[in-house]
Amino acid sequence: MCAKPIKQDPRDKVGTTGHNWDGIEELNNPLPRWWLWSFYACIAFALVYSVLYPAWPLIHGATPGILGASTRADVAVEIKRFDDLNAPIKAKLVAADLTAIEKDDGLKSYAMEAGKSIFATNCAPCHGAGAAGVQGKGYPNLLDNDWLYGGSIDAIHTTITHGVRNTVDPDARNVGIVMPAWSDKATGAMADAATTKLNDEQVGQVVNYVLKISGQTADEAKATAGAQIFADNCAACHGADGKGNRDMGAPNLTDAIWLYGGSEATLTQTISYGRAGVMPTWGYAPQGSAPRLSEDQIRAVAVYVHSLGGGE
Amino acid sequence: MAFLDKHKVIEKNATLLLVLSFLVVTIGGLVEIVPLFYLQNTIENVQGMRPYTPLELAGRDIYVREGCYLCHSQMIRPMRDEVERYGHYSLAAESEYDHPFQWGSKRTGPDLARVGGKYSNSWHVDHLSNPEAIVPESVMPKYAFLASTPITPDYIVDDMTANRVVGVPYTDDEIKNAAADFKAQANPDADSSGLIARYGNKVTVANFDGQPQLTEMDALIAYLQMLGTLVDFSTFTPDASR
Repeated sequence: MCAKPIKQDPRDKVGTTGHNWDGIEELNNPLPRWWLWSFYACIAFALVYSVLYPAWPLIHGATPGILGASTRADVAVEIKRFDDLNAPIKAKLVAADLTAIEKDDGLKSYAMEAGKSIFATNCAPCHGAGAAGVQGKGYPNLLDNDWLYGGSIDAIHTTITHGVRNTVDPDARNVGIVMPAWSDKATGAMADAATTKLNDEQVGQVVNYVLKISGQTADEAKATAGAQIFADNCAACHGADGKGNRDMGAPNLTDAIWLYGGSEATLTQTISYGRAGVMPTWGYAPQGSAPRLSEDQIRAVAVYVHSLGGGE
Repeated sequence: MAFLDKHKVIEKNATLLLVLSFLVVTIGGLVEIVPLFYLQNTIENVQGMRPYTPLELAGRDIYVREGCYLCHSQMIRPMRDEVERYGHYSLAAESEYDHPFQWGSKRTGPDLARVGGKYSNSWHVDHLSNPEAIVPESVMPKYAFLASTPITPDYIVDDMTANRVVGVPYTDDEIKNAAADFKAQANPDADSSGLIARYGNKVTVANFDGQPQLTEMDALIAYLQMLGTLVDFSTFTPDASR
């Protein structure tokens, strides 16, 4: 049913393969040139590649290739190149007195840049990309001047090096010191840390006392009763005036800055069931591991955090 | 061409074609796969690797079940930027007890090969429960249900036995004590000396999710907290030929 009659029988031009099924014959068309040459080029490429790069498996190892390619060697060279470039300033950073770093413009600008990226990679997941912490979740804001363990460059450096209350580093801050669970309903290690048990009524009284000293609306009668409970149990860490104690990371309860929240419900939860926030160690490595950050990195990020606004 | 004419015999005999095709594929497969098992430079013995504890193994199953690998890789490539960000590049040996490995090929979230110990247990609970509450820019889904889904060691022996069949060297002692070890790792008040004796002192024993009962959250965090922590890179010297 062809519209146009076939002018020339293709069989005359290229011939057939000789295959014939029910009168249907297979033409012996050559492969397209571009395809054929690409095919040969690929074979040639494979042979050249297998000589230049690691390829053929032998008895003891694969042929290494005459270029000696190794991703491990490449990355080692690349890392060393940058390490060598930074080595002088890193050495200076580690040798310098912590308080002197910020007075040295060269050191400070290096520490700020390095510290910024170290912070983004390691610290931001808890303290936030902008270092404002996570309000009400126990991840402290690093921008304000309310510090649990101190905001001097030395204090910040120590906190970053050892972390807080982690089970890895023996020098971590507050090892074995927690906000106990004071409720008589609480059980476990947090409750064992409490020197006394408070019933719901007593917890309510302390909560109201804390509401009062933090300048919030409180039930006067309950707050007055809570004052004695506070003096007997809480003052040891938070201080008689409730202004906290940096030796124990006990927060100041008289300001409007809260780690877990200052509402009545949150305070009830905190006093009843305790708190024990953990910060990982960054500079300590137990036997059989390497520290996550080196001393120069810790110093850089300490300078960065110290510069954020709350540094003392 | 007389030689090519002989090919006609193969083409016209389907069974022979199948047998010979199989033979060709077999040879190709042998050449590609077998050297990986005997060549010394593809098998790197590193210090510190151990099989997963029962709780970590269960956590790993949850990791696979929830498809974490779809957004998180566990493969730090040997490139400076990755090493600077995540730590030492991954070694093949670090996946030796993974069946299947979780290298992944997609990083919507960060690489997790060395996430162990980087964050606190309570951070993991907060973050898994509601990632956006902790990291506002995160697009990770919420896994709060893990903390309310109890987990029991009912199938842990089967799990470990299956892993042993495919080459993880769990001892009879480890399999016998699987259920006890499973519970001991999430309970700091219990006696975990047996667990430590069997799996080494790098095992983290903690109430991972902070709740009295044992949940899937405990298992998953136990797994996350050990990722990438086994090999001691302070003493490891890379062999550049590998």
